[in-house]
Amino acid sequence: MNKIVSSATDAASVNSAQANAPATPAKPKSGAFAHLVYVLRENPVTGLAFGMFALLIFAAIFGPMIVPYDPLATDAASVLQPPSFAHWFGTDNLGRDVFSRVVVATRLDLVISVAAVALSFVIGSFLGAIAGYRGGWTDITLNRVLDTIMAFPLFVLAMGVVAALGNSVANIIYATAIINIPFYARLVRAEVNIRRNAGFTLAAKLSGNSDARILAFHIFPNALPPMMVQVSLNLGWAILNAAGLSFIGLGVRPPTPEWGIMVAEGANFIVSGEWWLALFPGLSLMIAVLTFNLMGDGLRDIVDPRRRT
Amino acid sequence: MAVRGTSVLTRIAQAIPVLFGVIVISFVLTRALPGDPAVQFAGIMATPETIEETRAKLGLDKPLPEQFVVYLGQLFQGDLGQSVSTGRPVLTELASRLPASLELTLSALVLSCLVAVPLGVLAATRPGSWIDQICRLLVTMGVSLPTFFTGVMLIYIFYYLLGIAPSPLGRLDFIYLDPPHVTGFFLIDAALVGDWETWFGALKQLILPAITLALFTLAPIARMTRAAMLSALSSDYIRTARAAGLGSGRILYGYAFRNALLPVVTTLGMVFSFVLGANVLVEKVFAWPGIGSYAVEALIVSDYAAVQGFVLAMAFLFVFLNLVIDLAYSLIDPRFGTSGK
Repeated sequence: MNKIVSSATDAASVNSAQANAPATPAKPKSGAFAHLVYVLRENPVTGLAFGMFALLIFAAIFGPMIVPYDPLATDAASVLQPPSFAHWFGTDNLGRDVFSRVVVATRLDLVISVAAVALSFVIGSFLGAIAGYRGGWTDITLNRVLDTIMAFPLFVLAMGVVAALGNSVANIIYATAIINIPFYARLVRAEVNIRRNAGFTLAAKLSGNSDARILAFHIFPNALPPMMVQVSLNLGWAILNAAGLSFIGLGVRPPTPEWGIMVAEGANFIVSGEWWLALFPGLSLMIAVLTFNLMGDGLRDIVDPRRRT
Repeated sequence: MAVRGTSVLTRIAQAIPVLFGVIVISFVLTRALPGDPAVQFAGIMATPETIEETRAKLGLDKPLPEQFVVYLGQLFQGDLGQSVSTGRPVLTELASRLPASLELTLSALVLSCLVAVPLGVLAATRPGSWIDQICRLLVTMGVSLPTFFTGVMLIYIFYYLLGIAPSPLGRLDFIYLDPPHVTGFFLIDAALVGDWETWFGALKQLILPAITLALFTLAPIARMTRAAMLSALSSDYIRTARAAGLGSGRILYGYAFRNALLPVVTTLGMVFSFVLGANVLVEKVFAWPGIGSYAVEALIVSDYAAVQGFVLAMAFLFVFLNLVIDLAYSLIDPRFGTSGK
């Protein structure tokens, strides 16, 4: 049964690739690949975004090993020094190397946002799939609950959740996950709902598959492409959210290196002109978010060329 | 007109279950989660007996449904509880600080619309041109900028380097006196009594935080304006209008723009959610004495009643703003909502 689904999507992507194919001289070895090449050529920024993403992952994995200084080591002799050869991004008020701290912080920021998005992806998909498949009261109840969550300004709700659960990194992750759940649940619900009575679903039912199996292996995979776009856009937003929370003093505690808290610490020195304390963590944060946003836009072009804006 | 009246009433009625849900969530956040408010309220010197006493006094020993009814009753009387740190009722604190936040938010939104809407229209009328590219770049950069970081950098450039902005501390420099309280909006109050020196002083303080917030909201508004204008311009009625020989200005603003306005106004609802959240960060950066910085101070000392009061107030504000936006639809587009569901 899976084959029917996958060959159907293959056919769709071959079709869309053929529609675009005249523009590309590349040999259409595989439809999806040709389409990918076409999209990358059309919008080289997407390629750049994937490159920056690889760099971020590299910094997150190997960052602590390659940085020149210990991110926590204070040095009273070189305090608040502007960027130089020895300290690329300067030093902070305790003489810590800003470059090392910025690179090491990548891991924590990525872990927070990836964990939050993964949590909301799983919970949102589960709730949305069930509501979309069963319809009726389950669907109505879920929609009401999601509406209520969306009735809060989301960052404010995250603040409230962290305040109620307690001030820790884990709770930052939960809060970010909670405010992201509605986006996934709605998306999956819509995708599942339109395929609930599709031909392949009925065929799968007729050949004796259980509801859970149909939902998980036949319908849900169809929702994955738009979900991937959502994940990428959400990751950028989750990083901003987590950094914002730690900027106002929630979650991550000093002296842990994290971009939001580093900008907060740097903000105290900005009025006396020490710009490098806040600039570099802020820029890294911006680049990370930009990467995820560009990647999301690029993925959307690949997945759904019609929705380009 | 009668039809319009009923549809407005229906829309207002629809907001009630949402508000109820908001209250339930806020109640769950305050009461049903780990952490014992009784211990908090009893203070540091509390013995087990005084904690029990406080628990009974706060009504926390009763079952949850009963507590919820009591909570509802308190809400209806406008009682959001006492702030542990300041000892004042949360509602008075919020009410006295709300105008500052609203003044900042609204001026940022007006500023943002003034820039974003023309930018989106320009980009849509010349797709692929340099102005379109700039729009696209600006939009992508705008969403990626952390508000608190933009604020800090603006302070560095305009206060430290150029010295043209006043020090980023609050709504008004201490050399000025606060204008007499009428609306709580300093710009309006100062203008009402004709004190233009204070008005200018307040404006100078407002510009940087308003720009910070506006930069953040520019992106969704400009993007949506561009997309809505593009789809409006490619529609049949525009082709007909062109064929009928109407002037390009009339086609653009009289027909295309008016139809493109609806999705733009819808986006405003989403933008409000962002702005109210980002407000908190901007208020902290600029030491703006609004409800956001109040909540941040309360969060740091774990003053739960104050934080929950703030969350609830923000949610009510947001629901109210969305209601206003929905009602604005029928003004912009008479087709909307009159058919009735």
